[in-house]
Amino acid sequence: MTTRIVELRRGILKKNDELAAGLRQQFTSAGVLVLNLVSSPGTGKTAFLEFTLRELLARGSRAAALVGDLETDNDARRLAASGAPVRQINTHGICHLDAEMIGKHLAGWEGVALGGLDYLFIENVGNLVCPSSYDLGEKIRVALLSVTEGEDKPLKYPTLFNSADAAVITKIDISEPCGFDRELALHNVNEIRPGIRIFETSAKTGAGMEDWLGYLAEERAARQATN
Amino acid sequence: MGSGVSRLTIQPGPRIVSSCQKRESMHELSIAASIVESVTESLAAYPGARVKEVRLRVGVLAAVVEDSLKFCWEITTEGTPLAGSALVVNMIPVVLHCEACGRDAEIEGVHSFRCPSCGGLSGDLRQGRELEIDSIEIEDPEPEASGIAGPDRVEEQT
Repeated sequence: MTTRIVELRRGILKKNDELAAGLRQQFTSAGVLVLNLVSSPGTGKTAFLEFTLRELLARGSRAAALVGDLETDNDARRLAASGAPVRQINTHGICHLDAEMIGKHLAGWEGVALGGLDYLFIENVGNLVCPSSYDLGEKIRVALLSVTEGEDKPLKYPTLFNSADAAVITKIDISEPCGFDRELALHNVNEIRPGIRIFETSAKTGAGMEDWLGYLAEERAARQATN
Repeated sequence: MGSGVSRLTIQPGPRIVSSCQKRESMHELSIAASIVESVTESLAAYPGARVKEVRLRVGVLAAVVEDSLKFCWEITTEGTPLAGSALVVNMIPVVLHCEACGRDAEIEGVHSFRCPSCGGLSGDLRQGRELEIDSIEIEDPEPEASGIAGPDRVEEQT
Protein backbone atom coordinates (compact mmCIF):
# COMPACT_ATOMS: atom_id res chain seq x y z
CA MET A 1 0.00 0.00 0.00
CA THR A 2 1.26 3.44 -0.76
CA THR A 3 0.29 6.19 1.54
CA ARG A 4 0.88 9.85 1.05
CA ILE A 5 0.20 13.14 2.70
CA VAL A 6 -1.97 15.62 0.88
CA GLU A 7 -1.72 19.21 2.09
CA LEU A 8 -5.15 20.81 2.17
CA ARG A 9 -4.75 23.95 4.30
CA ARG A 10 -8.42 24.65 4.12
CA GLY A 11 -10.72 26.38 6.55
CA ILE A 12 -13.19 23.97 8.12
CA LEU A 13 -15.95 26.55 8.06
CA LYS A 14 -14.96 27.72 4.59
CA LYS A 15 -18.49 27.31 3.27
CA ASN A 16 -19.91 29.49 6.05
CA ASP A 17 -17.10 32.01 5.64
CA GLU A 18 -17.77 32.29 1.91
CA LEU A 19 -21.49 32.75 2.45
CA ALA A 20 -20.77 35.34 5.14
CA ALA A 21 -18.40 37.21 2.83
CA GLY A 22 -21.19 37.32 0.23
CA LEU A 23 -23.64 38.66 2.81
CA ARG A 24 -21.13 41.25 3.98
CA GLN A 25 -20.77 42.48 0.44
CA GLN A 26 -24.56 42.74 0.09
CA PHE A 27 -24.84 44.62 3.39
CA THR A 28 -22.08 47.02 2.41
CA SER A 29 -23.52 47.82 -0.98
CA ALA A 30 -27.01 48.26 0.52
CA GLY A 31 -25.51 50.63 3.11
CA VAL A 32 -27.09 48.81 6.03
CA LEU A 33 -25.22 48.49 9.32
CA VAL A 34 -25.51 44.91 10.56
CA LEU A 35 -24.95 43.90 14.17
CA ASN A 36 -24.79 40.41 15.64
CA LEU A 37 -25.87 40.29 19.30
CA VAL A 38 -24.44 37.41 21.29
CA SER A 39 -24.85 36.48 24.95
CA SER A 40 -25.90 33.72 27.34
CA PRO A 41 -29.59 32.94 27.58
CA GLY A 42 -31.22 35.41 29.97
CA THR A 43 -28.78 38.29 29.61
CA GLY A 44 -31.54 40.50 28.28
CA LYS A 45 -30.71 40.65 24.59
CA THR A 46 -34.36 40.91 23.65
CA ALA A 47 -35.20 43.67 26.12
CA PHE A 48 -32.08 45.56 25.05
CA LEU A 49 -33.01 45.18 21.40
CA GLU A 50 -36.67 46.12 22.02
CA PHE A 51 -35.51 49.39 23.52
CA THR A 52 -33.00 49.97 20.72
CA LEU A 53 -35.51 49.33 17.93
CA ARG A 54 -38.18 51.50 19.54
CA GLU A 55 -35.78 54.41 19.94
CA LEU A 56 -34.30 54.10 16.47
CA LEU A 57 -37.75 54.10 14.89
CA ALA A 58 -38.84 57.05 17.01
CA ARG A 59 -35.82 58.94 15.66
CA GLY A 60 -36.74 58.22 12.08
CA SER A 61 -34.27 55.40 11.41
CA ARG A 62 -35.21 52.28 9.53
CA ALA A 63 -34.32 49.20 11.53
CA ALA A 64 -35.22 45.53 11.40
CA ALA A 65 -34.27 42.40 13.31
CA LEU A 66 -33.71 38.73 12.74
CA VAL A 67 -33.98 36.74 15.93
CA GLY A 68 -32.65 33.25 16.49
CA ASP A 69 -34.00 30.74 18.98
CA LEU A 70 -34.16 27.00 19.15
CA GLU A 71 -37.94 27.10 19.31
CA THR A 72 -40.88 29.53 19.63
CA ASP A 73 -41.46 32.93 18.09
CA ASN A 74 -41.90 34.61 21.48
CA ASP A 75 -38.93 36.92 20.98
CA ALA A 76 -40.03 37.95 17.49
CA ARG A 77 -43.44 38.89 18.87
CA ARG A 78 -41.88 40.93 21.64
CA LEU A 79 -39.58 42.73 19.25
CA ALA A 80 -42.32 43.33 16.69
CA ALA A 81 -44.17 45.41 19.28
CA SER A 82 -41.53 48.07 18.60
CA GLY A 83 -43.02 48.50 15.13
CA ALA A 84 -39.90 47.25 13.35
CA PRO A 85 -40.04 44.36 10.89
CA VAL A 86 -38.90 41.23 12.69
CA ARG A 87 -38.33 37.71 11.53
CA GLN A 88 -37.86 34.67 13.72
CA ILE A 89 -35.29 32.02 12.86
CA ASN A 90 -35.97 28.73 14.60
CA THR A 91 -32.87 26.57 14.54
CA HIS A 92 -34.66 23.49 15.93
CA GLY A 93 -31.81 22.39 18.12
CA ILE A 94 -28.82 24.01 16.49
CA CYS A 95 -26.96 26.10 19.01
CA HIS A 96 -25.97 29.01 16.78
CA LEU A 97 -27.01 30.92 13.69
CA ASP A 98 -24.98 30.48 10.53
CA ALA A 99 -24.63 32.51 7.35
CA GLU A 100 -26.87 30.17 5.37
CA MET A 101 -29.78 30.70 7.78
CA ILE A 102 -29.32 34.46 7.55
CA GLY A 103 -29.24 34.36 3.74
CA LYS A 104 -32.37 32.23 3.57
CA HIS A 105 -34.35 34.38 5.98
CA LEU A 106 -33.34 37.59 4.25
CA ALA A 107 -34.31 36.21 0.86
CA GLY A 108 -37.84 35.29 1.79
CA TRP A 109 -38.58 38.32 3.96
CA GLU A 110 -41.68 39.95 2.57
CA GLY A 111 -41.71 43.72 2.54
CA VAL A 112 -38.11 44.06 3.73
CA ALA A 113 -35.30 45.01 1.38
CA LEU A 114 -31.78 45.59 2.61
CA GLY A 115 -31.60 48.82 0.63
CA GLY A 116 -34.51 50.18 2.65
CA LEU A 117 -32.80 49.67 6.01
CA ASP A 118 -30.34 51.68 8.06
CA TYR A 119 -29.80 48.98 10.66
CA LEU A 120 -30.26 45.24 10.76
CA PHE A 121 -29.88 43.50 14.11
CA ILE A 122 -29.32 39.78 14.38
CA GLU A 123 -30.14 38.41 17.81
CA ASN A 124 -28.19 35.18 18.01
CA VAL A 125 -29.23 32.04 19.89
CA GLY A 126 -28.43 32.45 23.60
CA ASN A 127 -25.02 30.80 23.79
CA LEU A 128 -21.55 32.13 24.48
CA VAL A 129 -19.59 29.38 22.79
CA CYS A 130 -20.70 28.29 19.34
CA PRO A 131 -21.84 31.61 17.82
CA SER A 132 -18.26 32.85 18.05
CA SER A 133 -17.15 30.52 15.26
CA TYR A 134 -19.84 31.52 12.79
CA ASP A 135 -19.44 34.72 10.84
CA LEU A 136 -22.83 36.08 9.78
CA GLY A 137 -21.47 38.87 7.63
CA GLU A 138 -22.03 41.40 10.40
CA LYS A 139 -20.05 44.62 10.72
CA ILE A 140 -20.24 44.68 14.49
CA ARG A 141 -20.33 41.76 16.87
CA VAL A 142 -21.75 42.75 20.22
CA ALA A 143 -21.11 40.63 23.31
CA LEU A 144 -23.63 41.22 26.11
CA LEU A 145 -23.19 40.42 29.76
CA SER A 146 -25.67 41.08 32.56
CA VAL A 147 -24.85 42.12 36.12
CA THR A 148 -26.43 38.89 37.37
CA GLU A 149 -23.95 36.69 35.54
CA GLY A 150 -20.73 37.34 37.38
CA GLU A 151 -17.85 39.62 36.54
CA ASP A 152 -15.68 36.78 35.31
CA LYS A 153 -17.87 35.90 32.32
CA PRO A 154 -15.34 37.35 29.85
CA LEU A 155 -12.61 35.20 31.40
CA LYS A 156 -14.78 32.11 31.18
CA TYR A 157 -15.72 32.73 27.57
CA PRO A 158 -12.68 34.44 26.08
CA THR A 159 -13.36 33.20 22.56
CA LEU A 160 -16.55 35.17 22.26
CA PHE A 161 -15.44 38.28 24.10
CA ASN A 162 -12.16 38.38 22.21
CA SER A 163 -14.00 38.33 18.88
CA ALA A 164 -16.45 41.10 19.85
CA ASP A 165 -16.32 44.66 18.52
CA ALA A 166 -18.39 46.11 21.34
CA ALA A 167 -19.47 44.93 24.78
CA VAL A 168 -22.71 45.77 26.56
CA ILE A 169 -23.36 45.30 30.25
CA THR A 170 -27.10 44.93 30.82
CA LYS A 171 -29.44 45.28 33.82
CA ILE A 172 -27.26 47.82 35.62
CA ASP A 173 -30.39 48.99 37.49
CA ILE A 174 -30.03 45.90 39.67
CA SER A 175 -26.26 45.90 40.05
CA GLU A 176 -26.40 46.89 43.69
CA PRO A 177 -28.60 44.04 44.98
CA CYS A 178 -26.53 41.69 42.81
CA GLY A 179 -23.32 42.87 44.42
CA PHE A 180 -21.95 43.53 40.97
CA ASP A 181 -18.33 44.67 41.00
CA ARG A 182 -18.31 47.12 38.13
CA GLU A 183 -14.58 47.83 38.15
CA LEU A 184 -13.75 44.15 38.08
CA ALA A 185 -16.15 43.47 35.20
CA LEU A 186 -14.71 46.33 33.14
CA HIS A 187 -11.20 45.14 33.94
CA ASN A 188 -12.00 41.59 32.84
CA VAL A 189 -13.56 42.68 29.56
CA ASN A 190 -10.49 44.78 28.89
CA GLU A 191 -8.09 41.92 29.70
CA ILE A 192 -9.76 39.77 27.06
CA ARG A 193 -10.47 42.43 24.48
CA PRO A 194 -8.24 45.41 25.13
CA GLY A 195 -9.65 48.78 24.14
CA ILE A 196 -13.15 47.56 23.27
CA ARG A 197 -16.06 50.02 23.65
CA ILE A 198 -18.14 49.04 26.67
CA PHE A 199 -21.70 50.28 27.25
CA GLU A 200 -23.29 50.02 30.67
CA THR A 201 -27.02 49.89 30.18
CA SER A 202 -30.45 49.21 31.56
CA ALA A 203 -33.29 48.59 29.14
CA LYS A 204 -35.64 49.12 32.07
CA THR A 205 -34.55 52.61 33.09
CA GLY A 206 -32.92 53.60 29.81
CA ALA A 207 -29.60 54.24 31.56
CA GLY A 208 -26.66 54.18 29.18
CA MET A 209 -28.87 53.73 26.15
CA GLU A 210 -28.15 57.23 24.84
CA ASP A 211 -24.46 56.32 24.59
CA TRP A 212 -25.29 53.14 22.80
CA LEU A 213 -27.61 54.87 20.33
CA GLY A 214 -24.94 57.49 19.74
CA TYR A 215 -22.46 54.74 18.93
CA LEU A 216 -24.91 53.21 16.45
CA ALA A 217 -25.38 56.54 14.72
CA GLU A 218 -21.59 57.04 14.50
CA GLU A 219 -21.03 53.59 13.07
CA ARG A 220 -23.87 54.03 10.63
CA ALA A 221 -22.44 57.38 9.46
CA ALA A 222 -19.01 55.78 9.07
CA ARG A 223 -20.56 53.02 6.98
CA GLN A 224 -22.22 55.52 4.66
CA ALA A 225 -19.02 57.51 4.35
CA THR A 226 -17.15 54.46 3.12
CA ASN A 227 -19.80 53.68 0.49
CA MET B 1 -21.56 18.12 61.64
CA GLY B 2 -18.81 18.67 64.14
CA SER B 3 -15.49 20.30 63.58
CA GLY B 4 -14.60 17.71 60.97
CA VAL B 5 -15.55 20.02 58.14
CA SER B 6 -12.37 21.68 57.05
CA ARG B 7 -12.55 23.74 53.95
CA LEU B 8 -14.24 22.98 50.72
CA THR B 9 -11.95 21.80 48.05
CA ILE B 10 -12.65 21.93 44.41
CA GLN B 11 -12.54 18.46 43.02
CA PRO B 12 -12.24 17.80 39.35
CA GLY B 13 -15.53 16.56 37.98
CA PRO B 14 -15.88 13.55 35.75
CA ARG B 15 -14.35 14.05 32.37
CA ILE B 16 -17.04 15.20 30.02
CA VAL B 17 -16.65 13.34 26.79
CA SER B 18 -19.31 15.04 24.80
CA SER B 19 -22.95 15.75 24.52
CA CYS B 20 -22.83 16.07 20.78
CA GLN B 21 -25.20 13.20 20.25
CA LYS B 22 -27.89 15.42 21.70
CA ARG B 23 -29.18 17.86 19.17
CA GLU B 24 -29.10 20.69 21.71
CA SER B 25 -25.34 20.82 21.55
CA MET B 26 -24.14 19.91 18.15
CA HIS B 27 -21.40 22.41 17.64
CA GLU B 28 -18.59 19.87 17.33
CA LEU B 29 -20.87 17.57 15.39
CA SER B 30 -21.47 20.23 12.77
CA ILE B 31 -17.75 21.01 12.70
CA ALA B 32 -17.04 17.30 12.17
CA ALA B 33 -19.63 17.20 9.38
CA SER B 34 -17.95 20.18 7.69
CA ILE B 35 -14.59 18.42 7.83
CA VAL B 36 -16.02 15.26 6.29
CA GLU B 37 -17.69 17.27 3.54
CA SER B 38 -14.53 19.20 2.78
CA VAL B 39 -12.23 16.17 2.75
CA THR B 40 -14.67 14.18 0.62
CA GLU B 41 -14.60 16.99 -1.94
CA SER B 42 -10.81 16.90 -2.03
CA LEU B 43 -10.85 13.15 -2.53
CA ALA B 44 -12.37 13.61 -5.98
CA ALA B 45 -8.80 14.12 -7.19
CA TYR B 46 -7.74 10.76 -5.72
CA PRO B 47 -10.26 8.18 -6.87
CA GLY B 48 -10.48 5.11 -4.70
CA ALA B 49 -8.21 6.51 -2.02
CA ARG B 50 -8.88 5.70 1.60
CA VAL B 51 -8.28 8.28 4.29
CA LYS B 52 -6.04 7.11 7.10
CA GLU B 53 -5.62 10.31 9.00
CA VAL B 54 -6.99 13.85 9.05
CA ARG B 55 -4.82 16.52 10.64
CA LEU B 56 -6.32 19.73 11.91
CA ARG B 57 -4.95 23.02 13.12
CA VAL B 58 -7.21 24.39 15.81
CA GLY B 59 -6.52 27.67 17.57
CA VAL B 60 -7.09 27.70 21.32
CA LEU B 61 -9.57 30.51 20.67
CA ALA B 62 -11.54 28.56 18.08
CA ALA B 63 -14.16 27.33 20.56
CA VAL B 64 -13.71 23.71 19.62
CA VAL B 65 -13.28 21.02 22.23
CA GLU B 66 -10.86 18.38 21.03
CA ASP B 67 -12.46 15.54 22.99
CA SER B 68 -15.93 16.37 21.74
CA LEU B 69 -14.73 16.55 18.18
CA LYS B 70 -13.01 13.18 18.47
CA PHE B 71 -16.08 11.70 20.07
CA CYS B 72 -18.19 12.82 17.12
CA TRP B 73 -15.65 11.65 14.58
CA GLU B 74 -16.61 8.00 14.40
CA ILE B 75 -20.33 8.70 14.06
CA THR B 76 -19.80 11.39 11.48
CA THR B 77 -17.38 9.47 9.28
CA GLU B 78 -19.42 6.28 9.25
CA GLY B 79 -20.33 5.30 5.72
CA THR B 80 -18.02 7.91 4.18
CA PRO B 81 -14.56 7.54 2.60
CA LEU B 82 -13.23 8.78 5.95
CA ALA B 83 -14.59 5.84 7.92
CA GLY B 84 -11.94 4.40 10.21
CA SER B 85 -9.64 7.37 9.86
CA ALA B 86 -7.81 8.92 12.78
CA LEU B 87 -8.29 12.54 13.71
CA VAL B 88 -5.22 14.44 14.84
CA VAL B 89 -5.81 17.83 16.40
CA ASN B 90 -2.89 20.22 16.71
CA MET B 91 -3.81 23.00 19.09
CA ILE B 92 -2.36 26.36 18.10
CA PRO B 93 -1.56 28.85 20.88
CA VAL B 94 -2.38 32.53 20.71
CA VAL B 95 0.30 34.83 19.32
CA LEU B 96 -0.12 38.51 20.04
CA HIS B 97 1.51 41.37 18.28
CA CYS B 98 2.49 43.89 20.90
CA GLU B 99 2.16 47.47 19.68
CA ALA B 100 4.25 48.74 22.56
CA CYS B 101 7.38 46.68 21.98
CA GLY B 102 6.73 45.66 18.41
CA ARG B 103 7.21 41.97 19.06
CA ASP B 104 5.08 38.92 18.29
CA ALA B 105 4.82 36.69 21.31
CA GLU B 106 3.01 33.51 22.24
CA ILE B 107 0.86 33.84 25.33
CA GLU B 108 -0.04 31.15 27.76
CA GLY B 109 -3.75 30.44 28.07
CA VAL B 110 -6.48 32.81 27.00
CA HIS B 111 -7.28 34.75 30.15
CA SER B 112 -5.21 37.81 29.66
CA PHE B 113 -4.10 39.30 26.39
CA ARG B 114 -0.90 40.85 27.64
CA CYS B 115 2.52 40.86 26.06
CA PRO B 116 4.76 38.48 28.04
CA SER B 117 7.73 40.82 27.59
CA CYS B 118 6.36 44.22 28.51
CA GLY B 119 2.96 43.44 30.03
CA GLY B 120 1.11 45.69 27.61
CA LEU B 121 -2.41 44.72 26.55
CA SER B 122 -2.89 43.91 22.91
CA GLY B 123 -5.90 43.21 20.76
CA ASP B 124 -3.79 42.33 17.74
CA LEU B 125 -3.96 38.56 17.37
CA ARG B 126 -1.65 36.96 14.87
CA GLN B 127 -2.52 33.36 15.68
CA GLY B 128 -4.91 31.31 17.78
CA ARG B 129 -8.22 31.38 15.90
CA GLU B 130 -7.35 28.75 13.30
CA LEU B 131 -9.94 26.16 12.41
CA GLU B 132 -8.53 24.39 9.42
CA ILE B 133 -7.73 21.08 7.85
CA ASP B 134 -3.97 20.99 7.57
CA SER B 135 -3.48 17.76 5.64
CA ILE B 136 -4.77 14.26 5.12
CA GLU B 137 -2.93 11.01 4.85
CA ILE B 138 -4.39 8.81 2.16
CA GLU B 139 -3.82 5.30 0.99
CA ASP B 140 -4.00 4.81 -2.72
CA PRO B 141 -5.74 1.71 -4.01
CA GLU B 142 -3.52 -1.05 -5.35
CA PRO B 143 -3.73 -1.24 -9.12
CA GLU B 144 -4.02 -5.03 -8.90
CA ALA B 145 -4.51 -7.62 -6.23
CA SER B 146 -1.19 -8.47 -4.65
CA GLY B 147 -0.21 -11.10 -2.14
CA ILE B 148 -0.36 -8.70 0.82
CA ALA B 149 -4.03 -7.87 0.70
CA GLY B 150 -5.40 -6.92 4.08
CA PRO B 151 -8.76 -8.04 5.41
CA ASP B 152 -10.42 -4.77 4.48
CA ARG B 153 -9.07 -4.82 1.04
CA VAL B 154 -11.36 -3.23 -1.48
CA GLU B 155 -12.49 -5.13 -4.53
CA GLU B 156 -10.39 -4.82 -7.57
CA GLN B 157 -11.37 -1.97 -9.79
CA THR B 158 -12.93 -2.72 -13.11
